[in-house]
Amino acid sequence: MPKNPNVKRVMVIGSGPIVIGQAAEFDYAGTQACRSLKEEGVEVILVNSNPATIMTDRDIADKVYIEPLTVKVLEQIIEKEKPDSILPTLGGQAGLNLGMELEESGFLASHGVKLLGTTAATIRNAEGRQEFKDLMERIGEPCAASMVVENVQDGIDFTNTIGYPVVLRPAYTLGGSGGGIAHNQVELEEILENGLRLSRVGQVLVERCIAGWKEIEYEVMRDSAGNCITVCNMENIDPVGVHTGDSIVVAPSQTLSDKEYQMLRTSALNIISELQITGGCNVQFALHPTSFEYCVIEVNPRVSRSSALASKATGYPIAKVAAKIALGYTLDEIKNAITQKTYASFEPTLDYCVVKIPRLPFDKFLTAKRTLTTQMKATGEVMSICDNFEGALMKAIRSLEQHVDCLQSYDFSALSEEDLRERLHVVDDQRIWVIAEAIRKGISYEDIHEITQIDIWFIDKIAILVEMEQALQEQSLTVELLREAKRIEFPDQVIARLTGKAEADIKKMRYDNGIEAVYKMVDTCAAEFAASTPYYYSVFNAESISSPSEHIDVNEAAGGDGSRKKVLVLGSGPIRIGQGIEFDYCSVHATWAFSKEGYETIIINNNPETVSTDFDIADKLYFEPLTPEDVESIVNIEHPDGAVVQFGGQTAIKLTESLMKMGVPILGTKAEDVDAAEDRELFDRILEETKIPRAAGGTVYTAEEAKEVANRLGYPVLVRPSYVLGGQGMQIAISDAEIEEFMAIINRIAQDHPILVDKYLMGKEIEVDAVCDGTDVLIPGIMEHIERTGVHSGDSISVYPAPTIGKLIKDKIAEYTRRLAKALHVKGLINIQFIAQGEDVYVIEVNPRSSRTVPYISKVTGIPIVDLATQVILGRTIRELGYEPGLQPEAQYYAIKMPVFSFEKIRGAEISLGPEMKSTGECLGIAKDFHEALYKAFLGAGVNLPKHKQIIMTVKDADKGEAIEIGRRFERLGYTIYATRSTAAALNEAGVKARKVNKISQESPTVMDLILGHKIDLVIDTPTQGRDKSRDGFLIRRNAIETGVYCITAMDTARALVTSLENASNQLSLVDIAGL
Amino acid sequence: MKAFLILEDGTVFAGTHIGADKEIISEIVFNTSMAGYLEVLTDPSYAGQAVCMTYPLIGNYGICRDDCESLKPWPDGLIVRELSRVSSNFRNDISIQQFLEENGVPGIAGIDTRALTKILREKGTMNGMITTDENFDFEQIKPRLQAYTTGKVVEKVTCGERYTIKGVTDLAQNGPLSGAARFNKEAYAKGQREPKPSLVRELNGAGLQIALLDFGAKANIAHSLASRGCDVTVYPALTPASEIIAAAPDGIMLSNGPGDPKECDSIIAEIRKLYETEIPIFAICLGHQLMALATGADTYKLKYGHRGGNHPVKDLSTGRVYISSQNHGYVVDTDKLDPKIAVPAFVNVNDGTNEGLSYTGKNIFTVQFHPEACPGPQDSGYLFDRFIEMIRKGGK
Repeated sequence: MPKNPNVKRVMVIGSGPIVIGQAAEFDYAGTQACRSLKEEGVEVILVNSNPATIMTDRDIADKVYIEPLTVKVLEQIIEKEKPDSILPTLGGQAGLNLGMELEESGFLASHGVKLLGTTAATIRNAEGRQEFKDLMERIGEPCAASMVVENVQDGIDFTNTIGYPVVLRPAYTLGGSGGGIAHNQVELEEILENGLRLSRVGQVLVERCIAGWKEIEYEVMRDSAGNCITVCNMENIDPVGVHTGDSIVVAPSQTLSDKEYQMLRTSALNIISELQITGGCNVQFALHPTSFEYCVIEVNPRVSRSSALASKATGYPIAKVAAKIALGYTLDEIKNAITQKTYASFEPTLDYCVVKIPRLPFDKFLTAKRTLTTQMKATGEVMSICDNFEGALMKAIRSLEQHVDCLQSYDFSALSEEDLRERLHVVDDQRIWVIAEAIRKGISYEDIHEITQIDIWFIDKIAILVEMEQALQEQSLTVELLREAKRIEFPDQVIARLTGKAEADIKKMRYDNGIEAVYKMVDTCAAEFAASTPYYYSVFNAESISSPSEHIDVNEAAGGDGSRKKVLVLGSGPIRIGQGIEFDYCSVHATWAFSKEGYETIIINNNPETVSTDFDIADKLYFEPLTPEDVESIVNIEHPDGAVVQFGGQTAIKLTESLMKMGVPILGTKAEDVDAAEDRELFDRILEETKIPRAAGGTVYTAEEAKEVANRLGYPVLVRPSYVLGGQGMQIAISDAEIEEFMAIINRIAQDHPILVDKYLMGKEIEVDAVCDGTDVLIPGIMEHIERTGVHSGDSISVYPAPTIGKLIKDKIAEYTRRLAKALHVKGLINIQFIAQGEDVYVIEVNPRSSRTVPYISKVTGIPIVDLATQVILGRTIRELGYEPGLQPEAQYYAIKMPVFSFEKIRGAEISLGPEMKSTGECLGIAKDFHEALYKAFLGAGVNLPKHKQIIMTVKDADKGEAIEIGRRFERLGYTIYATRSTAAALNEAGVKARKVNKISQESPTVMDLILGHKIDLVIDTPTQGRDKSRDGFLIRRNAIETGVYCITAMDTARALVTSLENASNQLSLVDIAGL
Repeated sequence: MKAFLILEDGTVFAGTHIGADKEIISEIVFNTSMAGYLEVLTDPSYAGQAVCMTYPLIGNYGICRDDCESLKPWPDGLIVRELSRVSSNFRNDISIQQFLEENGVPGIAGIDTRALTKILREKGTMNGMITTDENFDFEQIKPRLQAYTTGKVVEKVTCGERYTIKGVTDLAQNGPLSGAARFNKEAYAKGQREPKPSLVRELNGAGLQIALLDFGAKANIAHSLASRGCDVTVYPALTPASEIIAAAPDGIMLSNGPGDPKECDSIIAEIRKLYETEIPIFAICLGHQLMALATGADTYKLKYGHRGGNHPVKDLSTGRVYISSQNHGYVVDTDKLDPKIAVPAFVNVNDGTNEGLSYTGKNIFTVQFHPEACPGPQDSGYLFDRFIEMIRKGGK
């Protein structure tokens, strides 16, 4: 069926801010789909509150609204833009829910807007629990059998029909208390009785227990004619019980015979056919490990994290094809963009193995539980490709950038065999390291399998890696052994460590014996057809053949005729707190800019969720770890004319020195200047030369030295390691004891660089991104943070243009920026953070690279910062590019960047804000009026008040004064204020009516009862100075977050919120970014 | 032990020896299925060929004898990137290494199978030798490689005697429907094999007698019919048409099989006689090619064939596309097709080659791909129902 001619203007809904469970994959899918729609001549109206995305660029869509994703806002945009259709299946669950709400309210029908792709009825069938179960029953596809019971006998009777074990979940208890798994009738009776008692409604859900089964996913596509295919299947190494986003996943499945594979494939196709999905869909199965029995766990009738992974794992562009299907095309009409020969109606086949490992944020949340459950906790993921599983696993491990490079990186050798067996029961992010140790200790495969339920095949692969470690430790390093170690991707540094040799010697031995990485192509068809899409991964070949060129898929012709200069763009690896999607935005824009300047572009990255790893962004894509060795192998065959590191965050910056050693020129700011910004002594010298003040401080290595410096400066002081991103390990210390604690935490990982101890200055925090061509500096704008210093810049609300500082300060900042950029010989981007105290301006930090504010400032000022930086790097001047150097005129709009957190997903995480970054994403509020922009920013972050008009305040003594002012304003808005004893006293004394509530330890009703009663809109809780260790405050904050109550831990944020509520408006002004 | 794969064009791959200790010369082909190596090994259509699996990790789930498509492996050799050292599956009987040894099939592992595939793709299918002789002399081997042909290989793979498989009389005999699979721990512990899940929901073939000509038939062809209730009588390839006609079956099924269809001259002549009758006929793969040759059409050899489980075929009567299981090196030449005799019914979406024919004025349809799957997608299993329906409507 050809394209539907009635589709001319399509509204695409994005997924909003990055949170755990909804990350960059939707920018990737959305961007690909928008480009696919535009290719068909369709006008695209894009709505997404996330300014760090590529999909919100003016060259991706025709109209771009970076507005809060609420039904009301979408309705307004529909009324203004009058799209004929809306595509809701690209923006994750958030986008899908919004699309459904618009449809169900009748708004779409009354405005003549069609839902493209999968219909609303289908979505309801797939998403509604009961509807889905009924539908599955009708077509004979099994779901885990379950029943709600109200007495023990019913529970026993039902269990007898489905068999033990069963999971028992009492209805309406907090955190699932009172539930459990019953393996026999005795246990069932015991748990059931207790659960029925604990449940507020006296109900318990009895469900067949599928924990420990294999978790298998299929990515499927279906068109309106009913043609369906599976893009690929994936097997979770972690059995059912761990969220697939937190599991190590392998594609294709490894332990299924064709019978199981096809059984589940057919089932997946039956399900999407019955659901009448048009587009992409993900079906998750639990497969009994020792039978053909299976259950359908879930169906996602949209593109998803798994579909992004499947796209990158196979080369099949799911989102692009889904968009074409939505326009009416059938699969056999859509060309396979990779082979250019075959059509989208064919199933990719892999001749390699793909491993995905989640990037978990436990390095950021030390108090959080590391346990993995059905609640996803990962912020991002890495993917690797190799022709063997062991190699893919090893590559993925070192791609994580978590100080791990092999299966010895977490040391469990001190555990006794007994303790190890115990430890194997713990399901956390270190489990494969524990299994490796168990194998070293001689615990049998069967025992490990019995405890972990991980398939023997995977355990054997871990054993192969352990055996190689042992061989390297015990045997002399022969060429054969080295070849085998490289085949399974042992990095040179690990081989060196295990053999006691120098890394350089290992490298030499490799080169002398021709053991070098060769590059294979991801071509969707296992080489059956010639493909020209340059998407590569490395393998080490076991043996030579007589025509060695056949080993290699990379050739010069793939990227061009050799006349163009080559540039290497280093990506930013997995999304983590502190290094998010912004850096992918910068990498992609830099790639496009280089390409426009006539360069052949080469991207190296390992993040399957991102736009940068889409196969048609750069001339060549290498899906590889970002370590010096992996990069050098690519350099050896590509011989790039230069590399650019300033766009890929800290990941890329860290590679600077290695690249220089390989003889690759660093384009833009030189490595020694990057160093000068990070190295305390060098930087102090520059500040002295440029006469720019900074907080007093010193560099230290030990706690003793740190205490000495701190006492000399006087508390409070800021303690932090150098060369880190997102303020990792950064803390404000108020005492010697805290210094000791923080230094111990920092020094858990050996530090290559000294630790900085600075006097803590309180003032307004100001941030600047600028482009410098070596002579002139272009400053697109100055941003001011709403929170005072002490809150990490990534967690602060950032306002452009700076609203409260005067011309004098602005000029001073512009001048300091100019001086610093020149002194550091910056060529390209620079990001500087300042403190303004009265009329004084101090510099906090200088980063001669891209920052997380670059995308948003680019969008609101209309100045293409990355593009300019790239051209400057290539030798153009700012004036040549048509810009007048210096601080640019302020835009007509206020743009407010609001951080968004995922605290509710991470049990036990401390949520109070401080110098270490904790937010996972951001949204933007943009308006001509500051207050409206602020309101939009809160709304975009999901703060949709009022609900019950009741708030709780509990603040530290120093904040009481501000609490009175803020409390009064909430009171005026009609809010009822509850407060703990001393806060209540302070408020009442000042004439602000506050109801006193008891502390948790006191008698009911306590502050906790209020929170758990779901009657509270907001908690304002400022922790006592330094790190709050009081159980009360921590519990209040955690419980507020876990019950969905918005929680503020800084007075400035609270003031901003009340300001925004005072200016709340139903009718928002809409801003088309593309038209700015 | 070291092993070598030596191709006709002089390319030599060095790897590790697997399977039986034997030297072979064979036609080297590749298969792109990611699962189903056992079904590939036991597919008689691979007789006379050595198969390279493009998926690099082979043997992961060992050998589940239940899944064999015939009594033994037929390829002369197996070529893989890596053979798993453990066999992990609840139904596993033995390892793939044991299976190869047991059945005298040699092979080579540890070679760059992607490089080999690219060579075969660019230069076309060619002959090769798998040997463990490090001192081989290519000049001496070359003429032997060039001289090799699969020959009249159908006669080697067909059954010796006619036999009958009774149709299922109760759906329960098929095992549970795939969605209703349940695990019986006790039975399994006693060594009782779990019946494989079935897709058959109706015994629409009950009472029908089907004659299946075995040119190297995969077990699931007969099983697909029997599980729908048909009684299937399997005939050796060289059975005269008269014998089959005399048995008065309700329908005739021509199976898949190995080799160049044009080598099967005597069989083609017999098929012509079957064509002349009014008995409904359904043919798969080699059977499809033989029917085409028997009715005046032509076949030619593809450069490197279609072998895998991901080929899209379009049913021209409905426009629907199905993903199919494929294994063929020859194809019917539609340019030389007489529309008065047959018209294309299926086409390969990738390369436009013929994937099936519908015979004008006859109750005959034939397909190039494998609706019986095993290995590969089960999407086109509906064709067995179409065959049964055709018999019911147009039969006696």
